[in-house]
Amino acid sequence: MENLANAIVQGVMVGGLYAMFAVGLALTFGVMRLVNIAHGDLIVLSAYVALITTQTLDLNPLVALIIVIPIMALVGYVLQRGLFNRTMGTDLMPPLLVSFGLSVIIQNGLLFLFSADNKRLQAGAIEVASLRLTDAISIGVLPLLQLTLAILVIMGLQLLLYRTAIGRAFRAVSDDPQIAQLMGLNNRHVFGLAMALSLAIVALAGVLLAIRANFDPATGPTRLIFGFEAVIIGGLTSFWGTLAGGIILGIVQSVASSFDPGWQILAGHIAFLAVLAVRPHGLFGRET
Amino acid sequence: MAGLSVRRSSPTTRLATGGAVLLALLLSSAAFWASDNGLRLMTDMFLYIALACLWNFLAGYAGLVSVGQQAYVGLGGYGLFALAAKAGVPVLYAVPLLGVAAALLSIPFAKLLFRLRGAYFAIGSWVLAEVLHLAATLVVPLGGGSGMSLPVRAAQALGRTPHDRFVATYLTSLALLLAILAMIFVVLRSRMGLALTAIRDNEGAARSSGVNVDQVKLIIYVAAACGTAMVGALIFLQRLRISPDAGFSVNDWTALVIFMVVIGGIGTFEGPILGTLVYFLLRETLANLGPFYLIILGAVAIAVMLIEPRGIWGFVRSRSSLQLLPLSFFVSKSKN
Repeated sequence: MENLANAIVQGVMVGGLYAMFAVGLALTFGVMRLVNIAHGDLIVLSAYVALITTQTLDLNPLVALIIVIPIMALVGYVLQRGLFNRTMGTDLMPPLLVSFGLSVIIQNGLLFLFSADNKRLQAGAIEVASLRLTDAISIGVLPLLQLTLAILVIMGLQLLLYRTAIGRAFRAVSDDPQIAQLMGLNNRHVFGLAMALSLAIVALAGVLLAIRANFDPATGPTRLIFGFEAVIIGGLTSFWGTLAGGIILGIVQSVASSFDPGWQILAGHIAFLAVLAVRPHGLFGRET
Repeated sequence: MAGLSVRRSSPTTRLATGGAVLLALLLSSAAFWASDNGLRLMTDMFLYIALACLWNFLAGYAGLVSVGQQAYVGLGGYGLFALAAKAGVPVLYAVPLLGVAAALLSIPFAKLLFRLRGAYFAIGSWVLAEVLHLAATLVVPLGGGSGMSLPVRAAQALGRTPHDRFVATYLTSLALLLAILAMIFVVLRSRMGLALTAIRDNEGAARSSGVNVDQVKLIIYVAAACGTAMVGALIFLQRLRISPDAGFSVNDWTALVIFMVVIGGIGTFEGPILGTLVYFLLRETLANLGPFYLIILGAVAIAVMLIEPRGIWGFVRSRSSLQLLPLSFFVSKSKN
């Protein structure tokens, strides 16, 4: 019983991480209908950027975030303006295939530069620090930090979207890009900012993940799929739904893994397919 | 008096069709003139052309951009090994059986995946392939994570010497490729082909003109699953060994295939064939570049998508209105 409780608690914590993968994906879909297939590979790329930063500057990965987040935001802005903006239109095919091509390029580029070896970021004492709740359940400080940051990111996004000028611009181009342009918005720039914000969140999630778990160039697609599953399980309506989707996915994986580690990821996929079969609009989504 | 007539065939299409038949006859006699290495290379090429044409049928015409077709390649490969090793089914009989099995299995899969639209369908199809990939690592009788080899007796039933086996695999692959091309050709010329072309050009307009879009998509998805599984079975019959990572590889069976189709020309009959030939030409003439191939092909495919989304063949056709196969209609002056 306590084992199960422990698995659920750990699942909730890791769910915060999945929610951060998912929020970045949901943001670009919401603002410009772009589903970035390279999302997972960009998560892994940010882990490698952090690896280089921590090694060359001898920094703690959590401190290195100050450098990694702006770098990834810049990468996002440049990618959007230089590449994805050229594919935006009514046809779904070009952005899909271009981001798929980008995914393969990033993966194989990382493979060439860093080899297929497992890597991990070293964060020192915080990696093993934990709070004991009962004899069987203890919460790691790092997972708790992940969940807290995920909640803060979502609260920040909500504030940004509904209380600031740039948030208004995001909502305007999402509702009607032509009218938004007539009102004086530069859509290309707004799209660029949305991608920059998405990749800033990606950088945060990527670094936190890389402290917890090993990564290698081939792990990107799984990250994309986790984020995607969290989005669909939560329903495409709000970021809080996405957080709930991420937490559910985390719990399913963690509970399955406590029975048999081989089932961890598979159980998450099956939960996603079950939600798709029973409630195609997600657990918290509305029929449209 | 000179009138106008609408027709599909022209001297060019008659010449090209005749040339295609001659080429098919020539290729089917390859056992008499090609070396073992040549046979293996051509087998590889035929199977890749088949994958490219099937993916193009799915994405280029029906608008179903799947990045999970490796699900069916892996199913076909594993199905072949399971039937041959555990049930003693002769490998060549197993191939059509697997086609039927994959078609049946793809119906519930389609029902599930069709709830997702556009790019979400793409990622959903990938999840499904990953489910099968992970499930394959858990099936201990089929070797679990490390995979299995085809039993020697199953391979030897094809032919006693390696040469005989290469010839048998070659001819089966050629026959499968021709059957797939013929199927696509016939479908494109039928009423359903008209519906497909309409969906390709504008799905909303097709729907409002009375095309049953969902039904057409389902039929194409099932047909592509059937063909892809048979191709998968032959790919691993040629390799004699399968593992979950090889069978369900997204890079080998989907990424490469997508790049070939995009470079050759998506949404055309000839494009995927051309794209595959370009890839094999590069692969056989350049040195072994390892991961660089995927980087180069990915970059070229992105460039094609940005500059000329209809690919090489689309570019040629936009300049010269060249039509090799009697697929689209055109108006010509008739003599009487």
